[in-house]
Amino acid sequence: MTELSAHLPQFQHGQLTENFPDNHLSNTNDNSERRRHDNSERRRNDNPGSETNGQPQNNIQQVVEDEEEDEELTLKYGAKHVIMLFVPVTLCMVVVVATIKSVSFYTRKDGQLIYTPFTEETETIGQRALNSILNAAIMISVIIVMTILLVVLYKYRCYKVIHGWLIISSLLLLFFFSFIYLGEVFKTYNVAMDYITVALMIWNFGVVGMICIHWKGPLRLQQAYLIMISALMALVFIKYLPEWTAWLILAVISVYDLVAVLCPKGPLRMLVETAQERNETLFPALIYSSTMVWLVNMAEEDPEAQRKASKNSTYDKQANQTQNGDAEPDDGGFSQEWQQQRDNRIGPIESTPESRAAVQALPSNSQTSEDPEERGVKLGLGDFIFYSVLVGKASATASGDWNTTLACFVAILIGLCLTLLLLAIFKKALPALPISITFGLVFYFATDNLVQPFMDQLAFHQFYI
Amino acid sequence: MGAAVFFGAFFWLVSLLLASLIWFVSVHLSDREDAKLQYGLLIFGAAVSVLLQEAFRFAYFKLLKKADEGLATISEDGRSPISLKQMAYVSGLSFGIISGVFSVINILADSIGPGIVGIHGDSPYYFITSAFLTMAVVLLHTFWGVIFFDACERRRYWCLGVVVASHLATSGLTFLNPWYEASLVPIYIITVCTGLWAFVTAGGSFHNVLKCLSCKQEADSRVMMYSALRVPFEE
Repeated sequence: MTELSAHLPQFQHGQLTENFPDNHLSNTNDNSERRRHDNSERRRNDNPGSETNGQPQNNIQQVVEDEEEDEELTLKYGAKHVIMLFVPVTLCMVVVVATIKSVSFYTRKDGQLIYTPFTEETETIGQRALNSILNAAIMISVIIVMTILLVVLYKYRCYKVIHGWLIISSLLLLFFFSFIYLGEVFKTYNVAMDYITVALMIWNFGVVGMICIHWKGPLRLQQAYLIMISALMALVFIKYLPEWTAWLILAVISVYDLVAVLCPKGPLRMLVETAQERNETLFPALIYSSTMVWLVNMAEEDPEAQRKASKNSTYDKQANQTQNGDAEPDDGGFSQEWQQQRDNRIGPIESTPESRAAVQALPSNSQTSEDPEERGVKLGLGDFIFYSVLVGKASATASGDWNTTLACFVAILIGLCLTLLLLAIFKKALPALPISITFGLVFYFATDNLVQPFMDQLAFHQFYI
Repeated sequence: MGAAVFFGAFFWLVSLLLASLIWFVSVHLSDREDAKLQYGLLIFGAAVSVLLQEAFRFAYFKLLKKADEGLATISEDGRSPISLKQMAYVSGLSFGIISGVFSVINILADSIGPGIVGIHGDSPYYFITSAFLTMAVVLLHTFWGVIFFDACERRRYWCLGVVVASHLATSGLTFLNPWYEASLVPIYIITVCTGLWAFVTAGGSFHNVLKCLSCKQEADSRVMMYSALRVPFEE
């Protein structure tokens, strides 16, 4: 699921929902649940990308803004968002390429997934082409079926099933796949290791990952974990998908993404609209966001109030309140001395959830300046995975080697940049896969077949152009 | 600006793609066995590539100019936040980086592996000269970018001609490899000259360099201003 949406400070507290004045790019609910199903064996986050930037449904107060200011901010923060997404996408690709280049396990052919039953080692090219087309068709139909299943589950509010599904797949990724990865890295570098140490490492890695992704954690750590699981998933694809099948799947999935997100009856579009109607937040674990999405308590019960008081200011910005109605005294994170001082200065005022809610509801002009900086962008993990699959496959199998890898890398980033530009212009849900994957595929085949022989000849004679 | 680097790289890559397409087609249409012909076609391919690179640099200039105008119209004070000189530098740098990387990364990767340089009778200085040439190419692209944009801005088309000619000359000099004295030395002379020219074009001068090296006075005057501003406030 690729969702690129600008983050809006949103506050759901039952009674008051309001959009703050400074939402330009925004769109509310980050709802792009286009999650893909995970089957019990392998988790495939093949969410076709979509970037959501849908209009908020409950726009009670639309602040009348100067159009020019709107556009200027849009472009300015659009540029910022581009960089905010370049870094994680680049990191994911770097991890995948580094692994492919050093750990030979991921380039070794050890069988295929059950979703791609036809082998590509055939006698004739025609047979191979046919097999790969059939493989791609099976894979895509599985993906379509699972997406529809997900939309149906979401529509009929079977949240528990979806949650369970997500938790099982993240468990699989964080424990099992990372265990295999660690094992292969140790084998490559001939590191002697005992099971007890490995168990301790994997346990810690996995548990912290689960907490960060599904609950709360430092933003950077959560982002790092999401990047790592995308890289792991991409590596699985690179290993188990045969060549022609992989390229075909990439091509078909970007077409599917385009159709699913933009067509009125597309499953992903229906998902986005349903989520927007219900004004719900996204499930974690499938979206990468560049700023704090989940409310880390602007003003909730917090026993470590004193220590966290300073941290709260950073998390404050994207307030997404989910009051859980506990009856315990909620001091809102203010320490006793501070409250004394405040009482002395401006008179006794209680900081209760209700009062805080009321304050939050006010359109705060001060936030106009700070918020846009904090407003983030979100991109679905499926995008990370498919971008990395493309670049990883390019580095694994291209004759041009590094030239091809770099060309694909640049092409994908440019595609992402263009998609963000379109997002800023159209302000609605957009698929992030098509442009990037198209550029990536074109550059891969062109560089591998045309540029590589040319550069090779030039380098042989030591000519420079 | 970060995105602009990638756009520049993209433009260079597209120019390279087109040039290699032309070369590929010409090779396939010709006799493969004739070594001299293939050599000639390679030189032809390199020349076409140079011309296409400059053409795409011009296209990039047009694109950036449009973006600049767009930003200027929607900004508050009518001026765009990015200066054309910065854009020229970024474009030159992006072309330089991608060009340098494409030239040298495979060589670098091979240099890790086991092997002996020049075992078949080629020059044993292959790696070090490649490194120096790549550095020269990166610097040259940066300088050319600055000069090119300035020339386009001020419509001094003879400058453009000189830039294209020097690019062709540099590329042509590399055909003299492995006679490194004849190729490396002139290329470095060209690099230094182009560098000075770009420096002057960007507004630099000997005076500026001196002022930069002794950067003390400016800060003081600003302090004076602030303290002057503060006085009425306290009243």
